[in-house]
Amino acid sequence: MIQEKQTPMREQPAAERVHNFNEVPLGYTPDEAVQEAERCLQCGHAPCVKGCPVGIDIPGFLEHVKNREFAKAISVIKQDNALPAVCGRVCPQENQCQGVCTLAGRFDPVAIGRLERFCADWEAENGAVDMEKPAENGKKIAIIGAGPAGLTVAGEMRRRGYAVTMFELLHVAGGVLMYGIPEFRLPKDIVQREIRALCEMGVDVEVNQVVGRTQTVQELLDGDYDAVFIGTGAGLPRFLGVPGESLNGVFSANEFLTRTNLMKAYLFPEYDTPIKVGERVVTVGGGNVAMDASRTALRLGAKESVIVYRRSEDELPARAEEVHHAKEEGVQFQLLTNPIEFIGEKGNLKAIRCIKMELGEPDDSGRRRPVPIEGSEFEIEATTVVIAVGNGPHPLIPQTTPNLDLNRWGSIVADPETGLTSIRGVYAGGDIVTGAATVIEAMGAGKRAAAAMHAYLSD
Amino acid sequence: MYKILKKQTLGPSIREYIIEAPDVARAGKAGQFIVLRLHERGERIPLTIVECNPETGGVTLVVQEVGKSTREMGDQFHEGDTILDFAGPLGEATDIENFGTVICIGGGLGIAPLYPIARDLKAAGNEVIGIIGARNKELMFYEDRMAAVCDELIVKTDDGSHGTQGFVSDPLKEILESGRTINHVWAIGPAIMMKVCADVTRPFEVPTIVSLNSVMIDGTGMCGGCRVDVNGTAKFACVDGPEFDGHQVDFDLLMSRQGYYHEEETCSMDDYMSKYPEGVEQ
Repeated sequence: MIQEKQTPMREQPAAERVHNFNEVPLGYTPDEAVQEAERCLQCGHAPCVKGCPVGIDIPGFLEHVKNREFAKAISVIKQDNALPAVCGRVCPQENQCQGVCTLAGRFDPVAIGRLERFCADWEAENGAVDMEKPAENGKKIAIIGAGPAGLTVAGEMRRRGYAVTMFELLHVAGGVLMYGIPEFRLPKDIVQREIRALCEMGVDVEVNQVVGRTQTVQELLDGDYDAVFIGTGAGLPRFLGVPGESLNGVFSANEFLTRTNLMKAYLFPEYDTPIKVGERVVTVGGGNVAMDASRTALRLGAKESVIVYRRSEDELPARAEEVHHAKEEGVQFQLLTNPIEFIGEKGNLKAIRCIKMELGEPDDSGRRRPVPIEGSEFEIEATTVVIAVGNGPHPLIPQTTPNLDLNRWGSIVADPETGLTSIRGVYAGGDIVTGAATVIEAMGAGKRAAAAMHAYLSD
Repeated sequence: MYKILKKQTLGPSIREYIIEAPDVARAGKAGQFIVLRLHERGERIPLTIVECNPETGGVTLVVQEVGKSTREMGDQFHEGDTILDFAGPLGEATDIENFGTVICIGGGLGIAPLYPIARDLKAAGNEVIGIIGARNKELMFYEDRMAAVCDELIVKTDDGSHGTQGFVSDPLKEILESGRTINHVWAIGPAIMMKVCADVTRPFEVPTIVSLNSVMIDGTGMCGGCRVDVNGTAKFACVDGPEFDGHQVDFDLLMSRQGYYHEEETCSMDDYMSKYPEGVEQ
């Protein structure tokens, strides 16, 4: 008899967690992990592996978990994924491995993400396994941007024997894992633990490096490096372009989250970077970043946190789990609503003028297009608004690299299979190519690019 | 880690540092800035580059101790010490060419970033008129350095304790009204000073470049906190600037945004002072 439902994972209660930045889901115990792993049918054709952008041998690691061979389980995962503790927490498994699980449909799919997380955390608690430092093959690669795509390329290439140097613009490696995703969803010491593991493999991480200004991509190629990977992400915040957007109190989600996560403004004045939230914080947008911002606002002391989204609940692009967590914590949803003006007083935001929307015909994305309802304008009083409507490509490398082909949004044009750009020896992957997507998709692109770079450098 | 090669006091709460950062020293140009972070709990502080020395790897900065972090830097970071993070060069460099006759105006701390621009404009063949101003004699610095790169140098103080009494916009106006041909103006200093200077040059239609010091976090185009309205469009001071056409900048908005964290800055300073009630040995 198969257990129909997933083994539940304990969580911090909503009423408690809105007052702290500690992680919300608490992880499985070994017994819970074994219980959940026993649900895997070992079905043979393993659709989950094809559903995983980095192709982890999922039945293989689940079998080890079932047999309480946790060290073997994590070794299997790490063959394909350098960031298991991260992916176990932030991957949208419901659309990937778990979405295609043979159990799904009749029963709950196997909780693959939770088990991946369990294995990574088990390793952290019980001492690292498999820390061999591969011998160098004499070739060097440079990686620009130490986010999910770059870190994946680093691990893949180091394992193949390349000397790897990562150039990171910020003062810490991790990219969006450090500045974007909140502590309560992805603790920063877990991210750093995974980066440390790469460093122990021999990856060299150089922070505070402004490639494009201190040295160009071409100079890296002409100098020490045989190939370059660009994984500089989608860091440029988009705004709405409505009046009043430069008022004090209007934040991009990037600013709001960077202050809080990267600079630890929630510990101000112990940490030097401040942040300000009003009694009511309005977040514009319906994706995972909007959920992160609205939940962060509550933890920073906002009494009310409201999501304003122009379509309906069915179209919310955020993961169901994130929406669920936000609702549990008391985030309110003002759906089918769009801001049309920010109203200020003495330079500070006072209210947001909105218009109600209805859904019309499907647009290019296949979703029904939101259409404003004439005469339905109304105001929401708020002194803080966070704009979470997406990011564009980080401009520095595109602007400073002649001969690098870009598309009309300013993203780098790269072969989807190999990541090769218009410059020989230069590869790119992740959000700088696709526009804002997920951590694991960036990692998948990194993995493909690493294979292609290896083939190129082996010729 | 980045070593402080040299530190000297230029005036009350104004200090010059030379920081060892060879990559930045090799690539940095007039008009660009760096971001530094003193320690693990520190904030990212944007500072405009004064001078880069590719031979020694030194980058010169001038810091005015106006808030907790700059105060802490002045109090606790000495020659030979290291600071944790130092990234640059950031932003677009000044467009240096031979314009003809130019006026370079620096107010207060703005004299520091103005100096390399005046120097490079002079080297490019321009006739350079310098105007520098400070509240009083003690707060004036780099007069000798400016004199060395300017064909004429006018010195103003608000209280008349040095040079002549008045604001930097006064001689600017006199020169323009005299009918002398001025091809380009740079004005760097407090927002209000840049606003007044841009207002003075506007009727004469002399291109006027200002350098904006808005509040920013990463300094690389990611937070958007530094956005300023230029000719009605939002621009990021960090990647689109820091220099902009002074005639198109909404200075009132800039000043309002600069003041947004005033309460928190006071709180941070109070917290710091409560830990060091006696002050720190200089």
